[in-house]
Amino acid sequence: MNHSLNSVNRILVAFCAVALASAFFTPLWQILMWAPQYPEGLEMKIWINNLTGNVKIISALNHYIGMRTIEVSMFPEFKYMIYIVGVIISIGLITALINKRWTLLMFFISLGAAGLGALIDFYMWGYDYGHNLNPDAPIKVPGMTYQPPLIGTKQLLNFTAFSGPDIGGWIFIAVAWIIFFVFIAEQFFLKPK
Amino acid sequence: MTINRILSIGILLSSIAILFTGCKPKGPQSVTTSGAAEKVYVAPGQYDEFYNIVSGGFNGQMSIYGLPSGRLFRIIPVFSVFPENGYGFSEESKAMLNTSHGFVPWDDLHHIALSQTNGEHDGRWAFGNANNTPRVGRVDMKTFRTVEILELPNSAGNHSSPFITENSEYIIAGTRFSVPMGENRDVPISSYKKNFKGTLSFISVNPQSGKMNLSFQLVTPGVNFDLSRAGKGPSHGWFFFSCYNTEQAYTLLEVNASQRDKDFILAVNWKKAEEYLKQGKGKKVSNVKYAHNFIDEKTDVATSEMLNEVMQLDIAELKDIAYFIPCPKSPHGCDTDPSGEYIVASGKLAATIPVFSFAKIQKAITDKAYDGDFNGIPIIKYEAALHGEVQKPGLGPLHTEFDASGNAYTSFFVSSEIVKWDVKSLKVLDRVHTYYSIGHLCVPGGPTKKPHGKYVIAYNKITKDRYLPTGPELAQSAQLYSIDGDKMQLLLDFPTVGEPHYAEAIPASLIAPNSTKFYKIEDNKHPYAAKGEKQTKVERKGNQVHVYMTAIRSHLTPDNIEGIKLGDEVYFHVTNLEQDWDVPHGFAVKGAANAEILIMPGETQTLKWKPDDVGVFPFYCTDFCSALHQEMQGYIRVSGTGSNVPITFSTGKIEEEPKGK
Repeated sequence: MNHSLNSVNRILVAFCAVALASAFFTPLWQILMWAPQYPEGLEMKIWINNLTGNVKIISALNHYIGMRTIEVSMFPEFKYMIYIVGVIISIGLITALINKRWTLLMFFISLGAAGLGALIDFYMWGYDYGHNLNPDAPIKVPGMTYQPPLIGTKQLLNFTAFSGPDIGGWIFIAVAWIIFFVFIAEQFFLKPK
Repeated sequence: MTINRILSIGILLSSIAILFTGCKPKGPQSVTTSGAAEKVYVAPGQYDEFYNIVSGGFNGQMSIYGLPSGRLFRIIPVFSVFPENGYGFSEESKAMLNTSHGFVPWDDLHHIALSQTNGEHDGRWAFGNANNTPRVGRVDMKTFRTVEILELPNSAGNHSSPFITENSEYIIAGTRFSVPMGENRDVPISSYKKNFKGTLSFISVNPQSGKMNLSFQLVTPGVNFDLSRAGKGPSHGWFFFSCYNTEQAYTLLEVNASQRDKDFILAVNWKKAEEYLKQGKGKKVSNVKYAHNFIDEKTDVATSEMLNEVMQLDIAELKDIAYFIPCPKSPHGCDTDPSGEYIVASGKLAATIPVFSFAKIQKAITDKAYDGDFNGIPIIKYEAALHGEVQKPGLGPLHTEFDASGNAYTSFFVSSEIVKWDVKSLKVLDRVHTYYSIGHLCVPGGPTKKPHGKYVIAYNKITKDRYLPTGPELAQSAQLYSIDGDKMQLLLDFPTVGEPHYAEAIPASLIAPNSTKFYKIEDNKHPYAAKGEKQTKVERKGNQVHVYMTAIRSHLTPDNIEGIKLGDEVYFHVTNLEQDWDVPHGFAVKGAANAEILIMPGETQTLKWKPDDVGVFPFYCTDFCSALHQEMQGYIRVSGTGSNVPITFSTGKIEEEPKGK
C-alpha cells in the first residue's frame, strides 16, 4: 500500500483532481419536464450551491398537487457541498503529490462515498418532498404521494419528468471510473518498483 | 320537312349554343395554379416566412398575417379602442387616444411604414397614420404594441403619411385637405385660393428610443397631397409627393378637380430645408395645439402632453427646396424604385404611367428647364424630368412596388389587375387579375433598397363572391401571387379584416427572435404594482379606493373585499405575477361600465369601477389561464353612503358565520 504510482497514473490522478473543480462551474444534476403545453420543456439545474432554470414555473405547477415551493433554502446541502468536493479534490491532489497508493484508495473511496451519499440524500429529499403533499391541494394525487424520479423518467398527470446527471455530474462519474481503473491497475497489474 | 332535316337543324342549333357557351368568359376558379397548395402550405408547428403588417383602414388598427399562409395572427390597436385587450379602456392606455379634440376612440389607419437602416428593414418599429384626426402612431415590434402617438397641427386628412427615409430620419405626414391656418381660420370656404394652405410635416425619429418629434412643417400652396415616398441612394435627401386638385377646387372635386390635363409631383429637398432651419429661416408658430402621447417603458403607463409650438418653412418663400413636376391626371401612387433613380407616378385617370428620373430632375433644376410656376413654385418641364412612359399598362393605375431584379408591379383599380413591367425598358412583361379592384399591393421589402421579393399581395377593395357570404358586410379580399418566375402565379386567396390599404412584409427572422415573451416582474415600475401577494392591499383616499391586486394561477389576491361605499371610485390595479410564456390573466367586475382588462405576465393594468348599487359584486379572471380558471373569482361588498363597514381584504381566510344578520 505504500508503493508509488506509475507515472502515467500519477498524471491521471492529478488530471482527475483538477477536473473535479468543474463541479464549481457546471450544473451537477438536471431535472427535465415536458407536457403538451410545454413542448419546449422545463428544466431545473442543480449546482453545487444553487438551483437554476424554470424553478418558479415548476413550483407554480407543483402547487396544484400540494407540493411545497422549491427554494434554495430547502437544501442545507448547498451550504456544505462545496467543502465536501473541496476535500475530495484535496485528497486527489495529495495523492498526485505524495504519490502513494493508500491515498489513491482514499481518493477512490471518497469519490464513491460522495456519489452514493448524494444519491441517497437526493432520494430522501425526493421521498420527503413527494410524501408531504398539502392535503388541501386542488388536485389529489392517488395515494397522496408523488416522488420525483431518482434517475430516469417518470410520468405524472400531463408531465413526463426526467432526472439525471448534468455536465458536472458526468465529469464526477467519469473521474470516479478513471480512479477505479487506476486503482485496479496499480493493485493487480503493475509491479511495484 | 323530313324528320331527318328537323333533327339535323336541332343538332346544329344545339351545337352553336354549346359553342357560344364555351366562349363565355371563364370564372376565377379556372385560374388557380397547379401546385399552389404546397407553396402556401405551412405544416402544423411550422412558421411562416414573412410577417405581413397590414393597415386596417377604417378599423384604425394594424393586423399581422403570416405569409405565405395568409393566416391572421394578431390585431394591433393603434387609433381605436380594442375590446380584446382593453386598449383605450384600461387606465394605463386611455391617454394614448387623447387628442387636441379630447378622447377619440376610433380613427382610420391607411399606411404602414417599417423602420429602416441604410434603406433596409431593421424590424424595430412600424408606423401608421390616423387619417381623420391627423396623427402618426408607432408600434414597437418587440411587443407588437402601440407605444407612441403624435398628433399633427395644421393638418386635415393625414393621408400622405407615414412614409419613411432610408435611415428612419423622418416620417412624413402630408395633409390631404388644405385648410386655413394661423390666426385667420374663420374664413369663407370659397376663399380657398387665398386662405387655404397645405402642410408637409417632418417627424424626426430618435435613432435609439424611436421617440417622435414634430421637427418642422413645410407650408405649401393649397392642393391635396395624396401619397409620398422618400428618395433613397442617390435621391436620399429628397421626398416626392403626389398632389391633385391643382384646380384648387373646394366643391364637387370629382368633377372640379379632374379638369386639368396634368397635376403635380412635388419634389422636396429636405436636406436643404434642414440647412435653412439651421440658418434660422424657420418661423416658430405658436397658435397650435397638438397631443403627444407615449407609454413610459418602466411604468407601462401612457401619458399625454399638449404641445403648442411648431417650426415652419414656406416653400414658396424659399425658392430652392421644392419643385413641381407635371404628372398626368390626378396622380395617386408616387413610388421610388430600389435604386432611388426612378420615381413612378400613377395618374388615377391616366392612360400611361410616367416614370421620372432623379438625375434628369437634378439636371432640369440646374438648367432651369422650367415651365412657369405654380403659386411661386417652379414647374419643371415634363419632358425634362421624364425617363419615359409605360404605354397601355391598364386602367386606373394606383400603386407600384418593386422586386430586386428591376421589375415594377403596379396595381390597377379599374381593370382589376397587377401589371409587371421593366423599370428601365418600361416594357410590360406580365399581368394577372385580382378579385376585385385592387387598391394597394405589397412585395416584401418592396419600398426598400433591397426588396426580399418572392410574392406580391393584392389588397382589394371589392370582395363580393370570393368567400361564403356573411350578409351585406363582408370580409375584405386579398390574393397572394408568386413572382419567382417570369409569370406571376395566383397561389392563395385570403380574407382580411377592416379595409386594408398599404401593407409591408418583412422576413420573420428580423422580428421573431426579438419578440418579448413576458414582462419581468422585477422591472415593473408601475406605481400601483403589487409584486407579490404580500404587497396586496386596499387603500382609501377620499372617495377613491385603490385595490392593489395580484393574479396568479388560480386565484386573485385579495378575493374578499369589504368597506366600499356607494359613491366611491374603485381602481383595481391588477398585477399578473406569472413569469411564464403565455399565461395572461383577465379581470372583470360586474357592472363595470368600462369593460374589462387583460394583463400579461409581469404587467399591471387598472380597471376603474364606479359601483351604482349596494350589494355584493362578483369579479373574476376572464382569460382561461389554467385548469382551475373557473375558480379564479372573488367578491367585493358595496355598502351605503353612510356605512361604517371598515375596509377589509383577504384571500383564503375563512371566518365563522356571523351570528344574527
